[in-house]
Amino acid sequence: MLQKLKALKANAIQELESIDIAKELESWRIRYLGKKSELTQILRSLASLPIEEKRAVGACANEVRAELEDNLRQKEQALQKAQLALSAQKESVDITLPGRSFPRGHLHPITQTLYEICDIFGSMGFRVMEGPEVEWDYYNFEALNIPEEHPARDVMSTSWIDYETDSGQRPMLLRTHTTSVTARTIETMSPPIRVVEPGRVYRYEASDATHTPMFHQIDGLVVDKGITMGDLKGTLYEFARRFFGEERKVRFRCDYFPFVEPGAEMAIECLNCGGEGCRLCGNSGWIEILGAGMTHPEVLRRGGIDPEVYTSFAFGMGIDRLPMLRHNIDDIRLFYGSDLRFLKQF
Amino acid sequence: MKIPLSWLQEYVDIALPSADLADRLTMAGTEVKGIQVIGDGWENIVIGQIVAINPHPNADRLRLATIDLGTEQHTVVCGAPNLNLGDRVAFAYVGAQLIDGHSGEVFRLKPAKIRGVVSKGMACSEKELGISDSHEGIMVLPAEAPIGTPLAEYLGDTILDADITPNRPDCLCILGIAREAAALTRQSLPLPEVKYEQAGPPIDQQVSVEIAAPDLCPRYCASLITGIKVTESPLWMQQRLLKCGMRPINNIVDITNYVMLEYGQPLHAFDYQKIKGGKIIVRRPASGETITTLDGEERRLSQDMLVIADKEGPVAIAGVMGGAASEVASETTSILLEAANFNPANIHYTGRVLGMPSEACMRFERGIHPELVMPAIERATQLIVQLAGGEAARGLVDVYPGKAEPEPITLTTDQVKRLLGVDFSLDQIVGALTSLGFDCQEGASEVRAIAPYWRSDIHVAVDLIEEVARIMGYDNIPTTMLSQPIPRQTPDPILSLKQGVRDSIAGYGFQEVLTYSLTSLEMLNKLLPESGSVEPLPLRVANPMTLEQEYLRPDLRANLLAALSANMRYEEDSIKLFELGKVYLPKEKDLPDEPEMMCGVASGSRWGRSWHGGDDAFDFYDAKGAVEGLLSQLNIEASFVEGKDQSLHPLRQAAIVAGSNQLGVVGELHPKVSLAFEIPEAVYLFEINLSALLPFTLGHRIFQPVSPFPTMVRDIALVVDVGVTHQQATDIIRGFPLVKQVAIFDVYSGGQVASGKKSLAYSITFQSSTHTLTDEEVNKVQQKILDELSRELGADLRA
Repeated sequence: MLQKLKALKANAIQELESIDIAKELESWRIRYLGKKSELTQILRSLASLPIEEKRAVGACANEVRAELEDNLRQKEQALQKAQLALSAQKESVDITLPGRSFPRGHLHPITQTLYEICDIFGSMGFRVMEGPEVEWDYYNFEALNIPEEHPARDVMSTSWIDYETDSGQRPMLLRTHTTSVTARTIETMSPPIRVVEPGRVYRYEASDATHTPMFHQIDGLVVDKGITMGDLKGTLYEFARRFFGEERKVRFRCDYFPFVEPGAEMAIECLNCGGEGCRLCGNSGWIEILGAGMTHPEVLRRGGIDPEVYTSFAFGMGIDRLPMLRHNIDDIRLFYGSDLRFLKQF
Repeated sequence: MKIPLSWLQEYVDIALPSADLADRLTMAGTEVKGIQVIGDGWENIVIGQIVAINPHPNADRLRLATIDLGTEQHTVVCGAPNLNLGDRVAFAYVGAQLIDGHSGEVFRLKPAKIRGVVSKGMACSEKELGISDSHEGIMVLPAEAPIGTPLAEYLGDTILDADITPNRPDCLCILGIAREAAALTRQSLPLPEVKYEQAGPPIDQQVSVEIAAPDLCPRYCASLITGIKVTESPLWMQQRLLKCGMRPINNIVDITNYVMLEYGQPLHAFDYQKIKGGKIIVRRPASGETITTLDGEERRLSQDMLVIADKEGPVAIAGVMGGAASEVASETTSILLEAANFNPANIHYTGRVLGMPSEACMRFERGIHPELVMPAIERATQLIVQLAGGEAARGLVDVYPGKAEPEPITLTTDQVKRLLGVDFSLDQIVGALTSLGFDCQEGASEVRAIAPYWRSDIHVAVDLIEEVARIMGYDNIPTTMLSQPIPRQTPDPILSLKQGVRDSIAGYGFQEVLTYSLTSLEMLNKLLPESGSVEPLPLRVANPMTLEQEYLRPDLRANLLAALSANMRYEEDSIKLFELGKVYLPKEKDLPDEPEMMCGVASGSRWGRSWHGGDDAFDFYDAKGAVEGLLSQLNIEASFVEGKDQSLHPLRQAAIVAGSNQLGVVGELHPKVSLAFEIPEAVYLFEINLSALLPFTLGHRIFQPVSPFPTMVRDIALVVDVGVTHQQATDIIRGFPLVKQVAIFDVYSGGQVASGKKSLAYSITFQSSTHTLTDEEVNKVQQKILDELSRELGADLRA
């Protein structure tokens, strides 16, 4: 009998080991541990055995039963684990594969810069004004104290429109600065005025790394009672602080523009060398950012504003330079080359 | 303007380090762009004297020069033709840093054996020292040059390079910068007295001047110096001219240039013998008159210009350039020296039209003052007598029809405060103005100031305020924030429209580009496969820089397609670009219309190649989808109708219309246009005129109440003729009550549909705002819809 139990155990364990699907465990259990199983029958038949044998076989049979039950539990756990491992393999995702993209376009760096500048001035109460790009000589020059043959015209080489008046004059041009919008604003609006005027401007110039025949500017104009040069300085310093950062040093020096008096120029500490002097800043340590000043009384008067009642400041700044400085771009032509390899970086 | 500090120092004491002086000048308006130190690398170069010259034993062209350096003597091999016993020269020891006379490269001098003779050191040319380009011989120093002294001590200098603003012609000279430096460092500026001996008969008997055009020539002064000898000018003068960027020519020309650099007044020296009749006439040219100028060019003059003429004809173009016929040459013995003042605009015009900008031109066109004429001609005459020998005639000719008394300008302390926002005292104001040479009369709280004659830029009170501000220092102006109330603002609605459109289109995956506003006809004509030439002709620039940039763009398409084409070369497989900007539409005798346009293009595959698959090409509905999305976002009711744009595929395009206005187009680019732009794939394009669209933006949306009752959805599939449009079907379906929404979910033609027919499948959502719908109710409406579709469109319900 003991021999039989031994063989049964060996059989059962061998069979159990070969099982690799959870479903088959149940039939194994029924076969070896179920009510009709050999083992159960042996246990039931114990009563008929003599006492000595009953004790020995009973102990052995119970042992075998416990052992088989234990093996079954272990096998169940092992199969469960294997199952989990298997499904983990099937269900997991490779998190390093790229996601399904939502194609995103980018705004041009010049547009981004213009938005940012208009936001900064907007928060100081400036509204945005625009004006024509094809302009009359009057608004681009005459109204701004730059009559014909004025040397200030030389630094703004002009592209003229092929249009002659009956008297043979050529009064139409591509505006050389957005200050032409200032001339129009003075003429059409009444004080108080607080505006910025962004847009494209044009010069009769060949392209190189720092020049293009078309670029962007923004002009600003404030007209009110009691506007001072201190307010001009304050406004521009605030702009510089917000655009270039708190720690960037600023310089405000005397300069000349025919439509302002006193005139000024604002420069910031060179972003490249931090004021030490390098090629970018022409060894000066400073980068000129904008021209400004108190609007010339003659310019106000010509536009119908009484300079005895109102004072005014104006400023004008090139836009393209700013993203060039910020992103370390060394060639202005990249802005107008429409090269996606460049534009997608912003 | 180049300013050698050694020259400046003759007028004003410069105690500051040169960088600090440069900074002070810059802050006050004279921007110093650079500081050049001459003699920076001149270690191991000293002044020596040639004490012996011997032939080279092995070479005819070379000689052996023995140079005395005071404490020692060196014999070196020298190839220069101008070796003269007793001359003082610059001697470089072995180890000195020099510039190669031929290659222009910097090198360090090594001992050398030249044709068998060892040479340790050399006598240097100007080029080798970096002073000028002259390399014909060694540089000969003045006889008083101290032997044994380092050259840097004797010839070294610091040169400031300053940008002079156009309003300050008075700063285009050493004296002008000295005045600025003196004012900024609060020093006085003593001017040397100019005196020279006058002899012979009075000038009036030998020279006469007539100004026939006093509007263009307010003053003309002349002096006469006879018995001069034209030679080289002394080294010190040549050195100063070179440092200022001018080439020495001869003593007479050099003196006129020197005085121009010193005083700011251009002068011209005529050979007196070549001025016919000794008579100068300042007049407008006669019709067709010409002159051969100093540079040998024959110039055709117009009657808007001004010439200096003698009895026979023009001898110079006033203020611009002298004539070749009266040029000072080596045989010249008498000089008629001119110092005059000319109308700035006229000089600018002449210089511009003739394409002859010059140092003189630059000074006249910026408006130097007629008073400057007298000190300058006296100074130049003195130098000629001193350096070229000769005798100055007694007196000067001075014709001065444009004399004007200077007007005093009144400035109050209140005016200064009102404009600058800082309370400078009257003392401070007067102090600043006086330091600049203004003649000030003080009142209780105001000053009456007369500008010194050289300040031709001072006209009104604000001019004085700038003078005060820059002398007191812009750093002393306070930094204040605007304190006035913010003005009432009504922003132009196009601004937010533009921003909204940019953000949306970029959100749809289109990259913004900015292209030039100028383009070429050739480019524009590529868009027109039918007509072939753009009409009306776009606005043309009269002076185009290149032919690629001659015409102002009448649309955004050409440059955008060129950008697309260029990007395809970089093998981008999915490209979507857009531009938002103005186009320029010509108008009769007026500025052009400048509507704001937005144009987008897409080509290639929709998603690009991806491991996700779905590598579909763009089609018409991508472009239309972008437009629909945009219109919906802007809350614009517009429809798509058949389009007739010749740049687009005739069967695959739509016009976007609102009311009777066309707002734009959408479609596939005409294959011929794609070909013209060298684009190998289909291009889908949309273009919207934002200025035209603006009035159709409906503003704020009105809330539609949400029905609390459930919806019921029915799907129907119709078989219709291929010519029937989706629009026709939906218009009918939408017209029925209870129809909440209609969505097309399938379009099919082929296999199971008869030829000439197509199947359209719609999902119709029914909903009532008052009750829960029953099947019966919906069945009834659905049947009516099908009946109507069948009647109107001949539609069959697809089984």
